[in-house]
Amino acid sequence: MDKPIRVLVAKPGLDGHDRGAKVIARAFRDAGMEVIYTGLRQTPEQIVETAIQEDVEVVAMSILSGAHNHLFPIVVNMLRERGADDVLVVGGGVIPDDDIPGLKEAGVAEIFTPGTPTTKAIEFIKQNVKRR
Amino acid sequence: MPDMDSRDRIKKAKRDWEEQKLEKLLAKRPERKDKFVTGSNAEVERLYTPVDVEQLDYLEDLGFPGEYPYTRGVQPTMYRGRLWTMRQYAGFATAEESNKRYKYLLEQGQTGLSVAFDLPTQIGYDSDHPLSEGEVGKVGVAIDSLKDMEILFDGIPLDKVSTSMTINAPAAVLLAMYIAVAEKQGVTSDKLNGTIQNDILKEYIARGTYIFPTKPSMRLITDIFEYCAKHVPKWNTISISGYHIREAGSTAAQEVAFTLADGIAYVQAAINAGLEVDEFAPRLSFFFNSHNDLLEEVAKFRAARRLWAKIMKERFKAKNPRSMMLRFHTQTGGSTLTAQQPDNNIVRVAIQTLAAVLGGTQSLHTNSRDEALALPSEESVRIALRTQQIVAYESGVAETVDPLAGSYYVEAMTDRIEREAAEYIAKIDELGGAPEAIDKGYIQKEIQDSAYRYQMEIESGKRVVVGVNKFQIEEEPPKGLLKVDPRVGEMQKAKLEELRRTRDNAKVNEELEKLKKAAAGDQNLMPYILDAVRQYATLGEICGVLREVFGEYKQSVVL
Repeated sequence: MDKPIRVLVAKPGLDGHDRGAKVIARAFRDAGMEVIYTGLRQTPEQIVETAIQEDVEVVAMSILSGAHNHLFPIVVNMLRERGADDVLVVGGGVIPDDDIPGLKEAGVAEIFTPGTPTTKAIEFIKQNVKRR
Repeated sequence: MPDMDSRDRIKKAKRDWEEQKLEKLLAKRPERKDKFVTGSNAEVERLYTPVDVEQLDYLEDLGFPGEYPYTRGVQPTMYRGRLWTMRQYAGFATAEESNKRYKYLLEQGQTGLSVAFDLPTQIGYDSDHPLSEGEVGKVGVAIDSLKDMEILFDGIPLDKVSTSMTINAPAAVLLAMYIAVAEKQGVTSDKLNGTIQNDILKEYIARGTYIFPTKPSMRLITDIFEYCAKHVPKWNTISISGYHIREAGSTAAQEVAFTLADGIAYVQAAINAGLEVDEFAPRLSFFFNSHNDLLEEVAKFRAARRLWAKIMKERFKAKNPRSMMLRFHTQTGGSTLTAQQPDNNIVRVAIQTLAAVLGGTQSLHTNSRDEALALPSEESVRIALRTQQIVAYESGVAETVDPLAGSYYVEAMTDRIEREAAEYIAKIDELGGAPEAIDKGYIQKEIQDSAYRYQMEIESGKRVVVGVNKFQIEEEPPKGLLKVDPRVGEMQKAKLEELRRTRDNAKVNEELEKLKKAAAGDQNLMPYILDAVRQYATLGEICGVLREVFGEYKQSVVL
């Protein structure tokens, strides 16, 4: 059997809406992944630090405040700077369609918008994660 | 309600009906599902009869509107006297932009204001704080100082409108700013009408905009109770909120339970601080959600009113009837809105509006169809307001008081929700009260379990959400979404720089120093905050001083 996939579920920024983050964290866990949840109000620095310390293969960020265009790319860039560019970064939340191409260009592998089944996110991760 | 004799006759007739009619039919044509449940997963019987409400004592359990236990409503005439306040939560970008939206809403017939603040404001950071980067003006208006507040209410006479402010951890500061703006308009604080949310416990549970640890937070809240009882007597000093608990995924019964448990903690804290219960309790108000299960929601509102009345009378020995009345604001359920086929949300909001009105709400915000996608556009907000107006003026439900009373189903469900909520409250009492239950993660865990179960029901298709897991279509990306000007952050920063250059900084520092000393002691902090605000000390500076003295809350993370 393969080692379980290690995922960091993170809440960047000041947004306190964590229902989605907690539901997806549990769904990942039920799908056999090892899940670390950061809790609220994480700076990009804190997220990247935790990702490296915990040696995760996936960072899944959730944001509903509209600050995604600012915060998601910073996390991607900081992971690259720290040599963790093999980490799969995905995002979810209230994110307008218009913003998605820009986020993907910045290195976010996929964006999951409201109404997405958790199984779709799980499937995406399983197919795209770079196993160590 | 029915006497013994007729009850037995009904029971027997029901058995006959089951044997002679029902069983034959079920053999031929089974029902759609093995088990029917409410939106909150409570089992629903096929049929409700007088037998299901046989324990109900009309005078004791329902009574008359405006009388204990207020099951039928808090006023004798309800909407025949005055319709509920139509209050749309709004605010974005700068104070100038939001001021324009408020004036638009007032012109459209809205009857009260409701201010949404951006996250930095809600967490006590100025717009130029590093953590504010990317968040300024996004989910609400950015307020850094009294200057912004003056612009926000420019041309709006504060003695004529009632204003609700969704502000919690720094509620004392925003209330002080509101009082100071009124002073400049020549309006004294005893004339001010409105509400501050000021409910920190649900921030720890579900909403996340906390700053200080529990103890100093509770002190700030009781300071506000005490100050307002003397100086702002018409102000609702707190809006004890189940809304966000429900949004986080709780059931209807959990929403009632955890909200009232928080309410108990605030009342107890104020009594412990030496206040007389009837001095402050009449100014407590509540805030609930309204979801799609129309009849369960109506039952929820009625159960909440009855349970709170009993708690105030029996537990806290309140004497003033106003202390026992659960007055509440309602917002339709944000989490019920779908990003798919967003126009369908108009229908959901209409059902939720009916639930709130049939449940006897005092004021209502209706969500806009596009809120699962972005902040609402002006057109969407207008439809949402019109939905309330159609229910008010065309549906007929506002013409009599509590029209669903006596429905076997609604009464049975009102009892069920009250009973389940009381059981939760007993459990929370055992844990030492709401603050302790939150520290232990108990309340959060209960909510998360419900949220997860709900999500799994949708994914398995057990629960249908139209347009999401059934009746889907191919859709074009939505158009006309509201975009917040990305320059808002820079604009606020420039305003702050100008402010710091032009105000009397020596006076500001003096007031902040006084506030710091008072915070370390046990005096009421409201007068100190008000003095600092009048000198244009910023929100971030005031909260910064309090952070130094009080420290910051550490979230207990449970999965």
